[in-house]
Amino acid sequence: MTSSLNLWLIPVLPLIGAAVNGFFGKRFSRRTVAAVALLFCGAAFLKTLLVAAQFSSLQLPHTEFLAHWIRSGDFVVNFEFYLDQLTLVMLLVVTGVGFLIHIYSVGYMWEEGGFYRFFAYLNLFMFFMLTLVLAGNYLQMFIGWEGVGLASYLLIGFYFTRDSAANAGKKAFIVNRIGDFGFLIALFLMIKHFGSLNFGQVFTSVSPLPTETAGFGLLTSIGLLLMVGAAGKSAQIPLYVWLPDAMEGPTPVSALIHAATMVTAGVYMVARSHIIFDHAPNALTVVAIIGTLTALFAATIGIAQTDIKKVLAYSTISQLGYMFMACGVAAYSAGIFHLMTHAFFKGLLFLAAGSVIHAVGGEQDMRKMGGLRQYIPWTFLTMTIATFAIAGFWPFAGFFSKDEILWQAFSSSHGSWVFWLVGVITAFITSFYMFRLWFMTFFGDYRGAEPAGHGNDPHGHGDHAHGTPHESPAVMLAPLAILAALSVVGGWVNIGGRFEHFLAPVFQSTAMAEAAGEAPEAGARGTEYLLMAISLGAATLGLYLAYLLYLKRRDLPQKIADALGGFYNAVVHKYYVDEIYATLFVKPLVDGSTRVLWHGVDQGVIDAAVNDTADGARQVSDVARRMQSGNVRSYAGWVAAGGALVIAYMVWMGVR
Amino acid sequence: MVPVSYYLMLSGILFACGVVGFLIKRNIITIFMSIELMLNGVNLSFVAFAAHWQKLSGQVFVFFVMVVAAAEAAVGLAIIIAVFRTRETLNVDQVNLLKL
Repeated sequence: MTSSLNLWLIPVLPLIGAAVNGFFGKRFSRRTVAAVALLFCGAAFLKTLLVAAQFSSLQLPHTEFLAHWIRSGDFVVNFEFYLDQLTLVMLLVVTGVGFLIHIYSVGYMWEEGGFYRFFAYLNLFMFFMLTLVLAGNYLQMFIGWEGVGLASYLLIGFYFTRDSAANAGKKAFIVNRIGDFGFLIALFLMIKHFGSLNFGQVFTSVSPLPTETAGFGLLTSIGLLLMVGAAGKSAQIPLYVWLPDAMEGPTPVSALIHAATMVTAGVYMVARSHIIFDHAPNALTVVAIIGTLTALFAATIGIAQTDIKKVLAYSTISQLGYMFMACGVAAYSAGIFHLMTHAFFKGLLFLAAGSVIHAVGGEQDMRKMGGLRQYIPWTFLTMTIATFAIAGFWPFAGFFSKDEILWQAFSSSHGSWVFWLVGVITAFITSFYMFRLWFMTFFGDYRGAEPAGHGNDPHGHGDHAHGTPHESPAVMLAPLAILAALSVVGGWVNIGGRFEHFLAPVFQSTAMAEAAGEAPEAGARGTEYLLMAISLGAATLGLYLAYLLYLKRRDLPQKIADALGGFYNAVVHKYYVDEIYATLFVKPLVDGSTRVLWHGVDQGVIDAAVNDTADGARQVSDVARRMQSGNVRSYAGWVAAGGALVIAYMVWMGVR
Repeated sequence: MVPVSYYLMLSGILFACGVVGFLIKRNIITIFMSIELMLNGVNLSFVAFAAHWQKLSGQVFVFFVMVVAAAEAAVGLAIIIAVFRTRETLNVDQVNLLKL
C-alpha cells in the first residue's frame, strides 16, 4: 500500500472556497472574493499537479478510502476515490481549464452584481465536478453528477431577475432529471445484479460475463440506461434542448460548465463504464448512432444562428456528438482525447466570445458586430486560433483529435464508413459555421450600435461607456492566451499515439482488440492519410464557402435562404424541436397538472377534505355556541333543569 | 306528630320557590333573598330528618349552614352596595361587564 495522496483535498479545497465566499462573501470586497475563489481553485489545481508528478510511482488504479457511507447488509458504499490515467486527464482538464476560467471571470464579472455569489457557485461547481471525476463508485459519481446539475442551474439562472434566464435554468434542471432517471435505474440494476456500485467490483463482475451480441440482456439495458443519463448531461439527442438555452448564463459559465467540463461528464461516464459497453455491442451502436446524429443535427442548426453564443452552443453539442461517436465505436481514448482538446478550444472560443461581447457592450447578435479585428486584436488572434482548431486545421489541436475519431469511426471493428461520412460532412459544416462566425464578427465593417444603444444590454455591462469596441483587460486576456497556446499544442500529445498509450491501461480490453485488428493492415496508414486529407479538404471547403458567403458576396446568404424557403426556416427555428417538445410533453403535463392534479386532486380532494372538516366543525359549534350565552341565570336555569331531570328520573325509578 | 313527609314537601316547595325566584328575578337583592330561601328550604329538611331520627348531626349541619349564610350575607350585601355605587343599578342584566 503506497502512502496516501490525500486525494480528498482536491474536491474539498474548492468547497471551502465556496463556503467562505457563500457565507461571508457579502461582506468582503470584490478583491477579497476574487482572491478567495482563485486561491482555493488554484490550490486544487496545484494539488492535481502534485498528484500528476507522483503519478508514475503509483500502483494503478489507485484507490483511497475516506469514510464509510452506507452499510446495509452486504451492500456497502463508501466515500472513496479512484485514480487512474483517465481520472488524471479529467482532473487536469477540470482544474486547469477551471482555474483559467476563474481568472477570466474576475475580469468579466467585475462590474456585475452578485460577484461573491458567482464565485461561490463557481467553486461549488468545481467541488462537484471533481467529486464526479474522482468518485470510486457510481453512487458517489451520482452525487457529483447531481451537484454539477445544481451548480449549472444556479449559474444559468444567475441573472435571476430575467425571466428567460430563470426559465432556462429550470429547463436545464428538468431535462437533466430525465437523464438522471435513466442513470438511477442503471444503478439499481447494478445493485440488484452485482450487489455493489464500486467501480472495481462492478467491472470484475462484468468482465467474465459473455458478450451480449444479440438481444436485449442485462448489460445492454444498463448500457442504454447509462446512455440516457449521459445524453441528458452531455446534451445529446433527444435531450440536448437545454444546452442552447443555458447560454443565458454569464459567458464564463458557458465556457466552464456548458462547454469545457460539465457537459463532458457523460462522455467520461461512458468511458469509465467501458467494460459494460464492451460487453453490450448493441448499446455501443446506439451510442455511436446518437452521437453521429447529434453531431450532424446540431451542426446544421448552428449554420443559421445569429447569436454568437448560440452558435457556440450548437457547436458544443455537435462536438459532444463526436465524442459519443468515438465512444460508440469503442475508441474511448479518442473520445477522451477530443474531450480534452475540445475543453481547450471550446473554452477558448467561449471566453473569446465573452471578450467580444464585453467589447461591444453586451451585444450578442453577430449581425451587429463586424470589423472587430482592428479594435480587439488579442481577442481576434486567440479566437482565430480556436476557430482553426475546432475546424480541424493542421497543426491545431482539433485536427488531431477529430481525425483520430474519424479514423476510428472508419476503421474500428465497431465502426462503419457511414459514421465516417457523416463525421466528415459534420466537419465541413462545423468549419463553415465557425468561419461564418469568424467573418461576421471580425471582418467587414462595424455594424454595431453607437454609444446610445445600451437599452437591450442583457448583461448589465452598460455601466461604463462603450463608444467604440475596446479590448478586454489583461486579466481576461491572459487566460485567453494560455488556452490559445493549449489549443495549438494540445493535439500534439497524441503524435505517435502517446496519449492513447497513456490511457491504454484503462481501456485495456478494447486497446488489445484494436491492436490485434490493426497490426496486420500495412496499408492502413495510407488509408488514414487519405481520410485525413479528405477531412482537411472538407474543413478548407467550409472555410472557403464561409469566405465566399460572408465576406465576398454578402448578398448571397439571403438569396440562398430565400431559395431554400421552408427548409431554411426550419433550420432557423432549430427544426421546431422546442415547439414539438412543448406540444408533446410540456403542454400535456402542464394541462394535466392544472386540470387533474391542481383543480381536481389538490383543490377537489385534499383542500376540500380539509375545508369541509373545518366547515363542519364550525357549523356544529355555531349551534353549540348558543348554550354559552354568558348569562349567569341561564346557566343556573340549565343546572336547575338538569337537577330536576335527575330527580324526576330517580323518583320515577323509585316509584317503579 | 306531623309526618316527616310534610316537612319535606314544604322544604321542596321553599327550595323550588328559591330556584324560580333566582331564575326569573332581575334585582340582585331579590336573587340574594332567593338564595337564602333555598338554603332555608334545605335547613328545614335537615332539622326534619334530625327530629325524625333523633340524631343531632342534622341540627349541627343547620348551624353550619346558618353561619355560612350569615357570612355570605355580609359579603354579598357589601358587593351589592359596591355594585350599586359604581353602576347605579341593581339589575343583573345591566351588570354584564365580564360578558363577551
